[in-house]
Amino acid sequence: MARRELPEINAGSMADIAFLLLIFFLVTTTMDTDGGLTRKLPPIPEENLEDLPEVKQRNVFEILVNANDQLLVEGKLMMVTELREVAKEFIESNPARDDLPEFKATDLPFFGPAYPVSKQIISLQNDRGTSYEMYIKVQNELVAAYNDLREDLARQKFGTDYNELEEEKRNAVRKVYPQRISEAEPKEIGN
Amino acid sequence: MSKFKKKEGNRQPGISTASLPDIVFMLLFFFMVTTVMREVDLLVEVTTPNATEITKLENKALVSYIYIGKPMGSLKKTLGEEPRIQLNDAFATKNDIIQWVEMEKNRRNEAEITRITWSMKVDSDTKMGIVTDVKQELRKANALKINYSSREVDKITN
Repeated sequence: MARRELPEINAGSMADIAFLLLIFFLVTTTMDTDGGLTRKLPPIPEENLEDLPEVKQRNVFEILVNANDQLLVEGKLMMVTELREVAKEFIESNPARDDLPEFKATDLPFFGPAYPVSKQIISLQNDRGTSYEMYIKVQNELVAAYNDLREDLARQKFGTDYNELEEEKRNAVRKVYPQRISEAEPKEIGN
Repeated sequence: MSKFKKKEGNRQPGISTASLPDIVFMLLFFFMVTTVMREVDLLVEVTTPNATEITKLENKALVSYIYIGKPMGSLKKTLGEEPRIQLNDAFATKNDIIQWVEMEKNRRNEAEITRITWSMKVDSDTKMGIVTDVKQELRKANALKINYSSREVDKITN
């Protein structure tokens, strides 16, 4: 039986098909870099919570944002871009000054048995009319202040970036500068 | 004449395009792998604010999204400009949130429930009032790990 040679399939249009698919995926792709500021909400407090711990005025960093997106930090009007430095100074604190937070000797791994950790608390209150953009800016600056301080400490103590530290060391650094941002229920102050 | 002929004989061969499909396929696979198809149809306009201290959301399966913003262009006529909450594919009010949180929790394994991140995609023009209401509802529903979705920039301005 004479075997007929099958003609080879022309693959010339393969590129076209592939291109078509490629363009489809190019168009539908959204390089989703999904990220944002991660926060932990406080749980709803138990009823009749009476023995609220007293917090001294000097340990609280008070931030108010009004409906016109103006920022009041410790009684002073301020721009958002200035907030980071002021917050850093407060969080880090200084034993020589009595307007900055007190220290509490804490037992920390890597840092020693009585390492002074500042008792800082940041209190943030905004109006219901504050824009979300402003709110995020303030949150961002506060997180940045903590991150900067942790970074500095990691460099000083371990000589590497905070993000490259081992888990235990990172936890220790985090305990020196714990994020304590307390958000009060917003008020309707109006304009 | 002889000059002409010589030139013709020396002509460089055309570049082979035989490997073109391979290159295209390579690109194709790259995009196929990285593509994330949008799961929900957005009913609200969301332009997330800028921030510098971004943490990436790693496990997409453990993220539930809440959208808040003005209704989309064509819906504006009937719904107005007031910011609205969108959960999954439909508009919702803040009273629906607790139930929705329960539904989202039921979709996951028991062990994963505490690891769910509740990503809030909120338009930057929105006022904090509605956002606070949503946060309050999330607290009531014990959905505490939240993420304010934002775009990464190098520096924020006033």
